[in-house]
Amino acid sequence: MKTDRLIDMLSTNLEPIKEGRLKGTLVWALVVGGAAAFCLMLTTVGLRTGVAEGYLPGYVALKLLFTLSLIGVGAALLDRLMRPGQDGRKLFAFVFLPFFIVICAGVASLVFGQPMAWGRMIFGMQWATCLLCIPLFAVVPFAALIWALRKGAPTNLTRTGAIAGLVAGALGATAYAFHCPDDSVPFIAIWYGTLVALCGAVGAMLGPRLLRW
Amino acid sequence: MDIRSIETELRGLMIAGLAGDAAAHRALLERLSGQLRAYFKGQLNRIGRGPVEAEDLVQEVLIAIHTRRHTYDRSQPFTPWMYAIARYKFLDYLRRTKVSAADVPIDEVPELAVHDDSAHVESSLDLKKLLAELSPRARQTIQYVKLDGLSVREAAARSGMSESAVKVSVHRGLKALARLIREEKRS
Repeated sequence: MKTDRLIDMLSTNLEPIKEGRLKGTLVWALVVGGAAAFCLMLTTVGLRTGVAEGYLPGYVALKLLFTLSLIGVGAALLDRLMRPGQDGRKLFAFVFLPFFIVICAGVASLVFGQPMAWGRMIFGMQWATCLLCIPLFAVVPFAALIWALRKGAPTNLTRTGAIAGLVAGALGATAYAFHCPDDSVPFIAIWYGTLVALCGAVGAMLGPRLLRW
Repeated sequence: MDIRSIETELRGLMIAGLAGDAAAHRALLERLSGQLRAYFKGQLNRIGRGPVEAEDLVQEVLIAIHTRRHTYDRSQPFTPWMYAIARYKFLDYLRRTKVSAADVPIDEVPELAVHDDSAHVESSLDLKKLLAELSPRARQTIQYVKLDGLSVREAAARSGMSESAVKVSVHRGLKALARLIREEKRS
């Protein structure tokens, strides 16, 4: 085939492109994924006391602060990573900030807390449920994000997959926070932090396979 | 012409093309095909591949630039976007054809932007054969809209589809074509 013929073909009956369509797709995936995770939480483990009565306990707010800041930075990064030529290098460091802060706060509260209470602070009442639920709730958000990213053109597939996994994990953790009865900072640091990071690692592994174009 | 004025010109063509200006889009793709040809010929030369492979890559990247043009952010420079796609497709080609990327130093800086190269060879791709592999619906709409140059409305009337269905079918068809080209080159 001659290249001129291809160019003829591509520029015949050209369709105009609306601005902001790609961003809309990403926002849509975040909303649908988040809503799916929340519904799954409601139908499986249900709301915790406090939230069920209609107010937001301080620890829930703290958990949300951690997960929502990750979602915010991650979504801004994905918006760049799905466009060729933009790697979001400056933003990338901010992904680690919420982890760093929550780990520091967790260590501090263990140091200042009583060693007798450490076991309870770390394992809480439902560490096993947390372990199961966050990755489970992250599945639909991850699928939605991959669908959205495939509409774009990511060129760094490992990194894009990692951030997609991280954001999906954070969405799963956000949903779980409305159930989670364990109110301690070390619990958030260890279980939320590790599981969200784990989702990111899985995303990094799957990225090159799922996002190729 | 220096690189900066090339960037300004290409970006202008790109933005006009995104707004639906077919002549600007054609001019852009023509300019890019020259640049991409020079880029790929240079890269492939180092691993002992010829101009036909370079032409295959040029066409693959042109289709990618066309079908992914909605990923271009109008507030950003154009050249990094274009070269990111070209590099991605080149690395993908190396992976597919089992050449270790470590053997090929890929130019980070698109210094070749000022070079141009006109087409003397055809790619190894046979458009008719590729089209035959598409779904009947995509094949027909691409034939009408992209090859025969019928308007979307005329194509819709002839094929008994709605206008938006024709548009979707053409877009999907082009993407499928890009996929077929990749697979063709792997085998």
